[in-house]
Amino acid sequence: MSGPLLELRGATKRFGGITALNEVSLTVPRGGIVGVIGPNGAGKTTLFNLITGAYDLTSGEILFEGRSVAGLRPHRIARLGLARTFQNIRLFPSMTVREHLLVGQRGGGLRLADLLPSGGAARVGRAELAMRRFGLEAHRDRLAATLPYGLQRKVEMARAWTAAPKLLLLDEPVAGMNHDEAQDLAVLLRALRGEGLSILLIEHDMPFVMGLCDHLHVLDFGVPIAEGAPEAVRANPVVLDAYLGAPA
Amino acid sequence: MSAYTAGLLAEIGIGGIAALGVYVILATGQLSLGNAAFMAIGAYAAGWLTVTHDVGLTAAVLAGALLSGIVGVLVGFPALRLRGIYLAMATLGFGEMTRSFFLFFEPLGGAAGFSGMRQLQVSTIWIWLGIVLGVLVLLARSRLWLTLRAVNDDEVAANLIGLHATALKVGAFGMGAAISGISGALFAHWHLFIEPGNFGFERSTELVMAVILGGSTVAAGPVLGAGLLVLLPETLRFVADWRLAAFGALLILVLLVRRQGLLDRNLLRALTFRRRGAEARPEAAEVS
Amino acid sequence: MLLQQVVNGLTLGAVYTLVALGFSLVMGILGVLNLAIAELFMIGGYVGLTLVLADYPLPVAVLAAAGVAAVLGVVVEKVAYQPLRRAPPIAPLLSTLGCSVILQTVAVNIWGSDPLQLPPDLLDMRFDLGQASIGLAQVVIIAVAVLLVAILALLVQRSSVGQALRAIAENRDVARLLGVNAGRLTSAAFAISGALAGIAGVLIGLHYAAITPYVGVETGLKAIAVMVIGGTTSIWGVLLAGPLVGLVEVFSVVHGGAAFRDFAVYGLMILVLLLRPQGLLGGRAAGAQRV
Repeated sequence: MSGPLLELRGATKRFGGITALNEVSLTVPRGGIVGVIGPNGAGKTTLFNLITGAYDLTSGEILFEGRSVAGLRPHRIARLGLARTFQNIRLFPSMTVREHLLVGQRGGGLRLADLLPSGGAARVGRAELAMRRFGLEAHRDRLAATLPYGLQRKVEMARAWTAAPKLLLLDEPVAGMNHDEAQDLAVLLRALRGEGLSILLIEHDMPFVMGLCDHLHVLDFGVPIAEGAPEAVRANPVVLDAYLGAPA
Repeated sequence: MSAYTAGLLAEIGIGGIAALGVYVILATGQLSLGNAAFMAIGAYAAGWLTVTHDVGLTAAVLAGALLSGIVGVLVGFPALRLRGIYLAMATLGFGEMTRSFFLFFEPLGGAAGFSGMRQLQVSTIWIWLGIVLGVLVLLARSRLWLTLRAVNDDEVAANLIGLHATALKVGAFGMGAAISGISGALFAHWHLFIEPGNFGFERSTELVMAVILGGSTVAAGPVLGAGLLVLLPETLRFVADWRLAAFGALLILVLLVRRQGLLDRNLLRALTFRRRGAEARPEAAEVS
Repeated sequence: MLLQQVVNGLTLGAVYTLVALGFSLVMGILGVLNLAIAELFMIGGYVGLTLVLADYPLPVAVLAAAGVAAVLGVVVEKVAYQPLRRAPPIAPLLSTLGCSVILQTVAVNIWGSDPLQLPPDLLDMRFDLGQASIGLAQVVIIAVAVLLVAILALLVQRSSVGQALRAIAENRDVARLLGVNAGRLTSAAFAISGALAGIAGVLIGLHYAAITPYVGVETGLKAIAVMVIGGTTSIWGVLLAGPLVGLVEVFSVVHGGAAFRDFAVYGLMILVLLLRPQGLLGGRAAGAQRV
């Protein structure tokens, strides 16, 4: 298949009389890293909730691998190969890091292996790999929700990664991380992209976004105001006015 | 073994199995105040099979469990629209409805009750308890159980990582119903006489109390709770008139200071697998 | 015959309405099912009947029952609700279940497990209504229920306590921002709901001319059904559902026998939960989604 992995055409979401997202169109090519930026309340998280099926579209279309996902329930969409993290971290309070990485792996219905301890050797292996890649080995048996903020974000990302998604949706991945941690993460995400993973991310941290993304979309109050390569967006006067205009 | 001891052991076994049914349902965050109804279905179905169709006990117990499980799924499906207290109230209504159904369902004796079963051995009850407990202990280590816990922890997040929360909740409901059905079938063949009053709201709340007291996060907890419910009154004879109040107080106390119940994973590890736990720890340290 | 059934059904319905209002008050405001209300109902019945048997006038008995049940209601709040108010709502449900067990044991120990009976000649005057007749006890029950509902409605609509309670029911967080003293109002809700249940207990005692320690569970579960059918947060819904359930009960006994009674009532409850989880008159569909 050659088309884009994810394509939004005029995606619109209204809550009552309020338009949270108006006519957003964007594509994520295979192996691409696309960023969505914009001030608070710009509708970025709404966008993720639409893509993952947490909200229903008011109008427009969302295509994943050319197939419309509108009306599909969240677990169905997830099983198509889409995994996300949350702005307000949503870890399972009763679970250790290792358990998160086991439960997060794509199921697609009950399998016999799910009855084995930890879901079988293949799953244990993938969880171990995830812990190595995301630097969580030292915390494997800690309750994930008791870890420092930055580590909790990593657990969320690792959980999403263990599902072997085609597209990873990251909601403010470096919030709460210091500069070095953010740089490490950028390296890791580039490596994942090198393995064929596509990424759509929402972020406030400008240097991080500019350095990582191939393509940027700017939202302001739910309305797309600009898009393009990071350098072009940075230079766009409309964007400077709406968002980057604040001394950066 | 004296008849008295046998009676106590049978009650613990029957109560323990039924409480495990509540435990499985609670594992997905659903509180059932109607599991006595599933006991009733298991009891009447199995009793009817052995008495009028001469079916063997094991087959009758399994059939009772199956029927109970099917009803559990049928109840569990519509109940998906309801959460928390609303679900608890719906199960309460279902329990009362089932009890009154057997009250006017004359083919199974109605208000006069049903009898004619042949008595089973206490050991049979405990073998069943062992099987159910064993399966649940093994299951607790599986990924399937992790997915149930995920639904309990955060249903929205569980859906978004691709878990079919609906199917898991209904499945847990059906499984819990089937387990309570096993208990009911054994109840019928121990007491030899069953009537709808055996399976009322009080029975349902007893099962919930057993789970909350004994421990709602490990399978051994509900069995411990059922044991306490049977044995404490026997040892508290000096306060015989107040023993139920003691349970009420204990229930509140547990909820206030130790919500996971008396037994939890840590305590269980400390009590049983100390050596293995000690081995596991340096292993974990080594990796770090 | 038909009219007689209606009278009997409405009498029973009046009692259910009061207890259901007790449940609904706590449920609507705090989102908690206080199972102990069922036993406050029973204790109220015992207190009232004991005083009636000791030749105190009925109003005194009713007030005493209301007072005792209200105080016990606050005790339940302090012991079982307050420490768990931040826990998931299933936790206080279970702790109030613990309170129920304790209260029932207390009643058995004070009054014994045999029924406490009123002399048969008390309130046995009957009024002729043409084809039916209504006993003095039934008149008293319905009159007291109507009076209490009116007082409660007035309280909720007019008094500052009522306004604050409604504010909390609408939105707990906003109410807190407005400076509503949630702690005192919570106690008030538990006390009022206890008092309603306690009075209803005296009334059921008059209705059956007897009371047992086990009447609480039976009537309490029915009252929960009434609350659900009417809509857990709707006072008007409860006022509709109480008499409705009373009538359903009476007529299902006539047409299907005594055993069919509970089946019909709980069947109706489940039907409502499935088809209209917000209750017959409940406005917010979100009610059923509250966790």
